[in-house]
Amino acid sequence: MQCQICNKNDATIHLTEITDGVRSEMHICEDCAAEQGITVKSQIPINELLSSLLAVQPTDDELFGPSEKEVTCPHCGFTLEQFRKEAVLGCPYDYEIFEKSLPPLIEKAHNGKTTHCGKVPSKTPKDARKKVELLNLRQQLEAAVQSEDYELAAKLRDKIKNCET
Amino acid sequence: MKLTDISSDINEWFNGSGPLADIVISSRIRLARNLAGHKFLSRCSVAEKSDILKKLRDVLMSLDLGDKIFYVSVDKATVLNRHFLVERHLISRHHAFGKGPRGVVIAQREFFTAMINEEDHLRIQVLKGGLQLSQCAEQINHIDDMIEQKVDYAFSPRYGYLTACPTNLGTAIRVSVMLHLPALKMTGQIEKFLNATRDMGLAVRGLFGEGTEAAGDFYQISNQVTLGISESDIISQFENVIIPEIVEYENAARNQLLSKESDVLDDKISRAMALLRNAHLISSQEALFLLSHLRLGLNMHEHMGASTPAIDTLCRLIRQGGDADKRQGLSIATINRLFMLTLPAHLQLNYGKPLDPTHRDALRAKIIRSVLNG
Repeated sequence: MQCQICNKNDATIHLTEITDGVRSEMHICEDCAAEQGITVKSQIPINELLSSLLAVQPTDDELFGPSEKEVTCPHCGFTLEQFRKEAVLGCPYDYEIFEKSLPPLIEKAHNGKTTHCGKVPSKTPKDARKKVELLNLRQQLEAAVQSEDYELAAKLRDKIKNCET
Repeated sequence: MKLTDISSDINEWFNGSGPLADIVISSRIRLARNLAGHKFLSRCSVAEKSDILKKLRDVLMSLDLGDKIFYVSVDKATVLNRHFLVERHLISRHHAFGKGPRGVVIAQREFFTAMINEEDHLRIQVLKGGLQLSQCAEQINHIDDMIEQKVDYAFSPRYGYLTACPTNLGTAIRVSVMLHLPALKMTGQIEKFLNATRDMGLAVRGLFGEGTEAAGDFYQISNQVTLGISESDIISQFENVIIPEIVEYENAARNQLLSKESDVLDDKISRAMALLRNAHLISSQEALFLLSHLRLGLNMHEHMGASTPAIDTLCRLIRQGGDADKRQGLSIATINRLFMLTLPAHLQLNYGKPLDPTHRDALRAKIIRSVLNG
């Protein structure tokens, strides 16, 4: 097949364009494509593709923060390196020990949420219970403001004030 | 109590009863809990795991659940028994083929199970037939409270219930609903539905949970976000919005089949009937696939009054004494029974010994033929 533009060279580039449901095809040679400003990479080498994909992934420092990379949990001997491999933590204290590194991951996994809302064990001391309640109310207030429900927001603000005193 | 005591019949939640049971097979709520003062399991020695297992086993076996409860030591169970527990939805695959001392406490009517030493120290679940999430929630909350009286859970005011994997943090609740969606599949809309569900941040899995395909047009939908949203909000979203909407789509697809594509529908039902009534070797995948079409036909007859040549033949067939079930007029339960009792581990456990795949396929075909041919 000859190039539709120069009618000389073989057409090696085949473009299909669909505009408003109308399909049009163009068969051109590389020279004419370059002239038209159409750049085509016929085959992207696999390593180039992978490295370009990896480049957009967050680095360890972005993911975990630089400061806790060397930290080992004194309760269970756990490190962030192990978390990367196993995807599970070593003990409940890890949530405190790696308090800088884990929140971004937690936020990502839970749709941007970072604090608990819901059931609290009945044995939980009163002040901790109050803390959860306050966190919940603040979260609800934020949602109310975002959805421009100011009546609800005012009620929540009063509730928070009551709770704090 | 032996597993063979329950293997010859289907469990309560799979008997075709409960709200919207023609489409919603079951509702399940699972809570993950860990004991304060212990490491998570990946860092526990065998001795520590045994300690946790004993402690939780004692607590769970002393609970008053209004039903007999029994314990199965999963690490000591035979491979066949482990497969059976997975097929029965009593434990996860992860638990069945994990490592170290672990077990499961089961209520005899199978509405409640507690996996000890799965990914977390304790994972309790309540299962019911049809759409009954609120009822599941009420019951599991009560059981969770009873357990909490006797142990201390790992909990932080900021992050809620602390779990081994941060993805389960917070309420540590997993709400799952199993749906039968053959008409969405037949009308070519299932991909659209799956994409929409995933866009909403929900997980879609097959019949046996993680990593399994949607055999027999069964799909399990569950929440993924567990932090920053309360248990009641998640449940009400499922019960009042997500599931009713999916049910509506499936019903619309069933109506579309009836009004516009009844030849497609009849062809599927008739082929399924012909194969199931005559085949001498049927794999479990094929059985699930074909039984799904019979289940659709019967449900359309029962719930929509559908009458097509194939559906009418199917109904006559079941009524003419093909119903091997002791209960009367329960064609759907008969199909559900076939679904479950012809699964590989059920088949072998009820036969009394392990069988190679060809013998299993022959036995499965024989059981199905005997039920459908009377």
